[in-house]
Amino acid sequence: MNITRTSKFLAGIVAATLTVAPAFAQGTLRVAMTLADIPLTDGAPDQGTEGVRFSGYTIYDPLISYDLSSADKAANLRPALATEWHPLENDNTKWIFKLRQGVKFHDGSDFNADSVIFNLERALNKDFAAYDASFERQLKIYLVSLKSWRKIDDYTIELTTKQPDSLLPYQMPRFLIASPAQYEKLGRNWDEFRKQPSGTGPWKMETLVPRQRMELVANKEYWDKDRVPKLDRLVLLPIPEVSARTAALLSDRVDWAESPSPDTVEKLKQAGMTISTNGIPHVWPYTLSELPDSPFADIRVRKAFNLAIDREGLVEVLNGLAVPAIGNVTPDSPWFGTPSFQAKYDPEEAKKLLAEAGYGPDKPLKVKAAISTSGSGQMYPLIMNEFIQENLRDVGVELELEVFEWEALRGRRRVGAQAEENKGITILNNSYSTNDPYVAVLRYVTPEEIAPKGSNWGSIRDEEIERLAGEIRQTFDPAKQDELMAKLHTRFVDQAHFVWIVHDVGSRALSPKVKGHVHAKSWFVDFSPISIEP
Amino acid sequence: MLFYVLRRVLYAVPIAIGVTFIVFSLVHIAPGDPISALLPNEATQEMVEQARREFGLDKPLPVQYGVWLASAATGNLGTSIGSGRPVSEEVAGAVWNTVILAISAGLVACVAGFILGMVAGLWRDRPVDHMVSLFTISGVSLPHYWLAILLVIVFAVNLNWLPPLGIGPDNSDGWRPDWPHLRHLILPTIATAAIPMAVIARTMRASVVDVLDQEFVTTLRAKGLLPRRVLWHVIRNALPTTLAVMGLQLGNMLGGSVLVETVFAWPGTGFLLASAIFQRDLPLLQGTMLVLSMFFVILNLVVDLIQSWTDPRIRRA
Repeated sequence: MNITRTSKFLAGIVAATLTVAPAFAQGTLRVAMTLADIPLTDGAPDQGTEGVRFSGYTIYDPLISYDLSSADKAANLRPALATEWHPLENDNTKWIFKLRQGVKFHDGSDFNADSVIFNLERALNKDFAAYDASFERQLKIYLVSLKSWRKIDDYTIELTTKQPDSLLPYQMPRFLIASPAQYEKLGRNWDEFRKQPSGTGPWKMETLVPRQRMELVANKEYWDKDRVPKLDRLVLLPIPEVSARTAALLSDRVDWAESPSPDTVEKLKQAGMTISTNGIPHVWPYTLSELPDSPFADIRVRKAFNLAIDREGLVEVLNGLAVPAIGNVTPDSPWFGTPSFQAKYDPEEAKKLLAEAGYGPDKPLKVKAAISTSGSGQMYPLIMNEFIQENLRDVGVELELEVFEWEALRGRRRVGAQAEENKGITILNNSYSTNDPYVAVLRYVTPEEIAPKGSNWGSIRDEEIERLAGEIRQTFDPAKQDELMAKLHTRFVDQAHFVWIVHDVGSRALSPKVKGHVHAKSWFVDFSPISIEP
Repeated sequence: MLFYVLRRVLYAVPIAIGVTFIVFSLVHIAPGDPISALLPNEATQEMVEQARREFGLDKPLPVQYGVWLASAATGNLGTSIGSGRPVSEEVAGAVWNTVILAISAGLVACVAGFILGMVAGLWRDRPVDHMVSLFTISGVSLPHYWLAILLVIVFAVNLNWLPPLGIGPDNSDGWRPDWPHLRHLILPTIATAAIPMAVIARTMRASVVDVLDQEFVTTLRAKGLLPRRVLWHVIRNALPTTLAVMGLQLGNMLGGSVLVETVFAWPGTGFLLASAIFQRDLPLLQGTMLVLSMFFVILNLVVDLIQSWTDPRIRRA
C-alpha cells in the first residue's frame, strides 16, 4: 500500500466516522422513565400519565390533543386527527367530527372514519371481533358520556352522548387511534400488535425488549410538518429506582431522567444538569369527609386547616419541587375565578376559627388521615404529611396518619368516606390530575359522583356547585364555559371543600446536551422540537 | 438407596403443594386490590368490580387456587395482567439473567472467600488476620443495596469507569459474554458477592483454625512434612464445611436479590418480582414466586440426595 493509497484509505475512514457517528450520536435521546416496565404499546397505555407520555403521544395521535408548544400558556385542546368538531344545533347530544385527510399509519394504510369507528368498537363493543378488554379498561373512564357513534362519510363521524355534555372534547385526548390494517396483517391478534404497533404519531416503534428498553425512530413522513421530530431516535429505559436514574444521568448513560428526588437536586445542579419544572395540572390536597359526624362538616374547621399549612415552608423542604396550592387549579388558570377566601399561612386565624368551632387546649381536635407511602402523583407523601402534622400540632390539632400501601389507599378512596372500613378516617390524601373541567373539580363535588359510584369521596353536597355543574354541561360556548367554571371554582374555594397543599411541577433532570425542550404546563411532552448536542 | 430416593422424592410432593398454597395465600393476603392497579387512577369502584369479574377474581379463593394450581401443573402460569405476555416467558428470561449474575457473584465469593479465609486462618492473630476480619465483618454488616448505591456513585458517577445499570450497552438484546456486557456485570457482581464472600471467608477461617489445632497436623509437622504438603492436608480437612456454606450461599444468590437488581436495573427475577409487586400483577407475582420456591424445593432435594450418597448414616436416619 503506497502513501497516497494509505492516506486515501485513512481519509475514507475519517469521513465515514464523521458522517456515520454523529448521525446516530447526535440524533438519539435516552430517557430514564420512573416505570418498572414499558407501558403498553397498543394505543391504550397503562401506568398512568407517564405511560401516555412515552407510549401514547409518541406512537399515536388522538382526535383532539393538547397544545404542548408553550411553557407559559395552559396546554389547551387543539385539533389533531380531527380538524374541527361541533354539536348539532338542533340536538346537542350529537357531535360532528371532521377528520384530517392525507394521514397515513406507520404501516402505510390510510387514516379515515373507518379507523376511528374500528377503535371505538374495539374499546366499547364487547361483540366486536376486534374487541380488546385491555383497551376498554384503560379508556372507558375517559369516554364517560359517549353513547354511540357512526360514520357519515370517509372523513366525517358523528358521536352521540348520553345527555348533553359540553365537556365531550375534553374526553377525547386519551382516545388514540391504532391501525386496523396492521391488526389485520398481524393475524387479528392484539398481543402481536403490541410487539409491532402502528399508529399515526411522530414516532414509530422499532424495538421493544420487555422491562428493558423501547426504541422509537422518527416518523419523517409525519402529517404535521411542524412536528416532524428533529431527533432520529428516542430510547426509553424503565428505571424505577430514583438513585439509579440519577446515577444514569450523571454517568451519561441517559440524557433525561424523570422525577429526580428533592435530595438529589443540588447534586444534579452542581454537575451541570438542568432541573426542569413547571406548574402542571395536578393538585395534592387533603380530601375531606363532610358527612354529618365529621368535624369537617363545619366550614370553620375546613378553613382553619387551610390556614394552618405553611406551604412555602413545605416547598422549601422539597427543594423547590412543588408550588403552593390555594385551589384545585393555579391562579393563572381561566378556571380559578375570584375566591374571597385565601388559603394563606395564618396559624393565629386558624386557632381562632377552631376555637369558634368549639376546639381548644381543653378539647383538642383529633382527626385521622389516610395517606400512602408512594404512588402515582403522590409526590413524597411521608415527608409532606409529617410536615403538615407539625403545622397542625402548632394550632392544637392532633393529626393521626394511617399509612397505606398505594393500591390499598386507592381502594379506600373508591369506596368513599362513608364505607365501614373508612370509619374514623375523615381525611384522604390522594392527589388528582386537573387536566379538564371534569377531573379538575366536577367529579369531586357533584352528587352523582358520590362514592362508590364516582370520586366524591367525602359526600360533598353543595347546591350552588350542583347548579353550576349542570349549567356547565349544557354550555357549549368554550368562553362561557370557562366563565362558569371560574364561578364554580370560586365557590369551591370559598367553601373550603378541600385543604389545598401543593401542585406538582413535573420535574425532570436534563443533561446540558438536551436542546429545544419546552416544559409545557402539562403531564405530557412534545419530543418533536428536541435535539441533542454532541 | 433407590428406596430412599423414591421416599425423598415423594416427600417433596406435599412440600411443593404446601409451597404453592403459601405462595397463593401470601399474594392474596397483601393489602390493596390487585385489580385496582390495572385500571387508570380515575377508575371508579364499579369499574373495579367489572374487571374483577372479567379476571375471575370474584370467585371464592379456594376455587381460584384450584384453577391456578391445575393450570400451573401443566406448565401454564397464565398471562401477566400488566403486560399481556405469558408469565412463563417473562420468568424464563428473568431467571436466566439472575443465573448469570449468581454464577459470576458465586465465583467471586467462593474464590475470594476461600483465599481470604485461608490466609486469615493460617496467620491467626497476626495483622493480616485482623485485616481480613475487619474486611469480612464489614462485608456481612453492610446492607448490599447500600453497597450497590455506593459502588454506583464511586465507580459509575464519580470515576466513570463502569456503567451504572442495565445488562449491556444501549442496543443490547440480552447478555452475551463480551467486554461491553462484562463491564455491566462487574458492579452488580461485587454488590451481590459481598455478603456471601464474607460468610465463606469467616467459615473457612474457622475451619482452618480448627484443623490446625488438631493433633494430626502436629504429627505431620513432626514427621517433617514440607509446609505445602501440610497445607494440602489442612485444606482438605477444612473444605467440607466451607463447601456446604458455599452451596447454601449460591442457592441464595440464585433466588435473585430484589434490592441489588432494582438498584442496577438488572432484569432478573428480583427486578421482575419488584415490578410485579408494584403493578400488583397477580399472575406474574404468583408465577415468579412459584418458580423460585420450586427451585428451592428441588435444590434441597438434590442436596439431601447428594449428602445421603456421601454419608450413608443419613439414609438410615
